[in-house]
Amino acid sequence: MNSQPKAAASDEPVDVLIIGAGASGAAMAWSLADTRMRIVCLEQGAMPNPLNYPSTGRDWEARAQSDFAISPNQRQRPSDYPIAEPDSPIKVVNFNGVGGGTVLYAGHFPRFHPSDFRVKSLDGMADDWPIDYNTLAPFYAENDRMMGVAGLAGDPAYPGDNAERMPPLPLGKSGETLAKGFNKLNWHWWPSDTAIATQPYDGRDKCINLGACLSGCAQGAKASTDITYWPHAVRAGVELRTRCRVREITVDDSGMATGVIYYDGQGVEHELRAHVVVLASNGVGTPRILLNSKSAAHPDGLANSSGLVGKNLMFHPYASIMGVFEEELDGYKGPHKIFRSQEFYETDPERDFVRGYTFEIHRGQGPVAVAQAGLQRGGIPWGAGHHRAFRKLFMHTAGMVAICEDLPEEHNTVSLDPVLKDSDGIPAPKIDYTLSDNSLKMMDHAIAKGTEVLRAAGAKEVFAQAPITNGGWHLMGTARMGTDPKTSVVNEWGRSHDVKNLFVVDGSIFVTSAGVNPTRTIQALALYVAEQMKQRLANLFD
Amino acid sequence: MKPTETHFTDDETEALKIIADAIIPASAEGDLPSAADAVIFADILTTALSRHGAVQSALAALDSAARESQGKTFTALAAEQAPLDSVIEAFRGSYPEEADLLAMLTVQCYYRDDRVMQSHGMETRAPHPEGFTVDQGDWSLLEPMRNRPEFFRKAP
Repeated sequence: MNSQPKAAASDEPVDVLIIGAGASGAAMAWSLADTRMRIVCLEQGAMPNPLNYPSTGRDWEARAQSDFAISPNQRQRPSDYPIAEPDSPIKVVNFNGVGGGTVLYAGHFPRFHPSDFRVKSLDGMADDWPIDYNTLAPFYAENDRMMGVAGLAGDPAYPGDNAERMPPLPLGKSGETLAKGFNKLNWHWWPSDTAIATQPYDGRDKCINLGACLSGCAQGAKASTDITYWPHAVRAGVELRTRCRVREITVDDSGMATGVIYYDGQGVEHELRAHVVVLASNGVGTPRILLNSKSAAHPDGLANSSGLVGKNLMFHPYASIMGVFEEELDGYKGPHKIFRSQEFYETDPERDFVRGYTFEIHRGQGPVAVAQAGLQRGGIPWGAGHHRAFRKLFMHTAGMVAICEDLPEEHNTVSLDPVLKDSDGIPAPKIDYTLSDNSLKMMDHAIAKGTEVLRAAGAKEVFAQAPITNGGWHLMGTARMGTDPKTSVVNEWGRSHDVKNLFVVDGSIFVTSAGVNPTRTIQALALYVAEQMKQRLANLFD
Repeated sequence: MKPTETHFTDDETEALKIIADAIIPASAEGDLPSAADAVIFADILTTALSRHGAVQSALAALDSAARESQGKTFTALAAEQAPLDSVIEAFRGSYPEEADLLAMLTVQCYYRDDRVMQSHGMETRAPHPEGFTVDQGDWSLLEPMRNRPEFFRKAP
């Protein structure tokens, strides 16, 4: 299959092998650590060094477009794998390193709603989850304690919870201005739950408003799992091996997983045997590994008797709606997210689409981003008019994105590209994705409503974009959970229907996507699956 | 600057400088330099090296646009002090991706220049470690929401 050198295989299998050290892999590793089993996590990237994050330099905006770009195809680090995505209007965002996507996420940290687990029952679309909100509630709470959440209890858009929250992020001038618009229309808004420490928390310092959340938090205030779960997991005995890229999961004649084949940072091939394998490689990386784990017994890839591995890919289509104000706002200073609105979250039969969206209200951007976006949109001209147009926008722009619920459709897929490969010769994932009519109508609605509220807040000019092309932050649905092996890949506690010692804990197992950021739910699910495993250790493979 | 030092030819360097000035000229209002200012352009040239192939292709497209519309290279037209507006318009119309690349490169370097940052009220430093101050804002604005009844759907 390839010509890489091979190292001798280790004879001693580990108890649990986790593939991926991001949001879910970290939570799983930490939770299982108290079993005292031998747990090894293989991560294809490195441990990030916060001292090297872009916000420590004057060129922070330039680096957000190069070695800290959110697109792996643009970033092109040795740890990144290419993604074939010309057939998708939304491009994949990820980060390959310890912490995974949490290194680059904004830290917007909402829970799902109870209705998000019952889409078919409530709206006659897609499917219900095999678990519900109450199943996950204790694991949301446990995850909140590990990550640290800022916010405010009492949001009327959610059931009450007992989460301990740090004080919310500041409203600032931008939040104050936009909140007035929402109040004028009597539309819901509430300070966002964010995974950003607003006071010292678990050895991390508080947010100092660097404004560069999407390029790694040099302050350590944003909860990326390299600085939340991992230090605890490693202290508890979990072994974390970086720069180890898994090619495939191996199986024996009885159909049980026996471990993985992986490449180290020098391209040397290794085999690592394990009693249990856990995939935590996100909604693109996980189906890629499963589909690449072909054998005579599994010609269509592993755990794929349903044919659904890689199918039902869901992003969240995003619409961006921004307003220009006369008064000076926060601009690039402060965390991006301020508050959320779920006025249009639940299905309304009066609309021409089902389900709904969350408005994430955010501040402005740095000078380079303002100028580049203005030029590309035609809002800032070349030549003599450049300076005046820039001054009108810079520190005077704020607005929102609408994160729209994406419903599962089998024709939206992750497959293996027949040509493109990564530096180790592993086939690259190929994305085929089409925006549904429902998503298009939802984005149109969001733009109209976003424009209305920005005008109510005093915006003199409004501009919008939908979908956000480089906005595939959330990768879900490609190894969905369910009770029926014919219509799902893993069961209701994350175990493969086909391979009884193989688990999946990342966004792949989502049945539907909700209209909120998924990380808090991904991690709650990982903790839930870990707890199920611990409770069933005596008969885990039955 | 010699080509061996920059990996761009003199002609390419000159074209890049002219186009940088066309994108962001100097302005007396705010005492703002042109993007072709010596310090800023040196930054542009250095940064362009990391995208050498793409920048070179964009400059070749600029030359093509000049030849197609005026029958001469871009720098030849500039040397003759011929009006360049129509050539630049043709370049942006016929080669939008290449024009966009040069514009993105130019602003990326322009807006990290000390003089430019100061003119726009920015501190000339990295965000970390000092960070920034953001006002809390008026939290009394939340009162109407505190009084709003729950409105999420109950699930079966």
